[in-house]
Amino acid sequence: MKSFKPFAVALLILTVLAPLGIYLPEKLQAGDAWGEWSPEDLSQEIGYVPQGMEKLANTWQAPLADYSAGTLNPYLAYILSALLGVVLTGCLVFLLSKVISRRGH
Amino acid sequence: MHIPDGYLGPSTYLVMYGASAPFWIASFARLKKTLQSKAVPLLALGTAFIFIIMMFNVPIPGGTTGHAVGASLVTVLLGPWAATLATSLVLLIQALVFGDGGITAFGANCFTMAVIIPFSTWALFRLLAGRSSSRSYRVPIAGGFSAYIALNLGALGTAFLLGIQPLLYHTADGKALYAPYPLSVSLSAMGLEHLLIFGWVEAVVTTLALFFIQKYDPSLIALAKKE
Repeated sequence: MKSFKPFAVALLILTVLAPLGIYLPEKLQAGDAWGEWSPEDLSQEIGYVPQGMEKLANTWQAPLADYSAGTLNPYLAYILSALLGVVLTGCLVFLLSKVISRRGH
Repeated sequence: MHIPDGYLGPSTYLVMYGASAPFWIASFARLKKTLQSKAVPLLALGTAFIFIIMMFNVPIPGGTTGHAVGASLVTVLLGPWAATLATSLVLLIQALVFGDGGITAFGANCFTMAVIIPFSTWALFRLLAGRSSSRSYRVPIAGGFSAYIALNLGALGTAFLLGIQPLLYHTADGKALYAPYPLSVSLSAMGLEHLLIFGWVEAVVTTLALFFIQKYDPSLIALAKKE
């Protein structure tokens, strides 16, 4: 098996390019994905916020909601989110694999 | 396809946790037996790929956005059980850290993206490329086609869950309590955008990635393990 280095490089390139994922929708005036609107945006469409939605919508306050970080430049925040996500998911898989293989042997 | 908190009522999201749980347990059990230590870096890279590719929102000008999921690619490389684990982990981080997809809806989102997509990809891919060599041109083509169908099935699953909410939960005067649009609206809106746009994005991403990975090292394709 060959080295995985080119894949890691490809991931790094994608990380740097990630802000395209918010720049292009903004430029082309595309909104949220279907069914992922905020309760406020939804109420503008249907005239009310559904009662149950109002209760559940704030179940969890994500620290970096929408891949943004307070007043930090949104594109920079998006790249840093991408980097954090890549590192977190990659590390979690390593840890889980360790647990899995330790139990296995 | 990341259903936020508040769009699904309690009985729906609990049932969907129940639907995903056996797949989480089985994927653990399965990988315990089959995951080779040399495949772990590829699984980690594949998981990170799923995370990053979902950040590339593709716009429909003046309309909605959508994105590829990447779970089909991981399925073709490592099999459906690894893809279930990888995609579920990504959805967990997205929900907890970035508020992308709800906590209550986590079971539902895992079922559509981490179960429906990997297993439909795998079934189709096996059917279309099962007897080919891992070096065959059929691998990237069949992978891309499977990814197209699988993403559409996942989107239909999401649209179905959202569309049944107004039937299941409403006030006496007919106002929705959770997701407000009926099945006819959710199925046609999500169905069309995935059939026409986002499905193709997933297909192109999967085909291109498989093409390059196959050129680089065909032993990385899951079919190779049977050769």
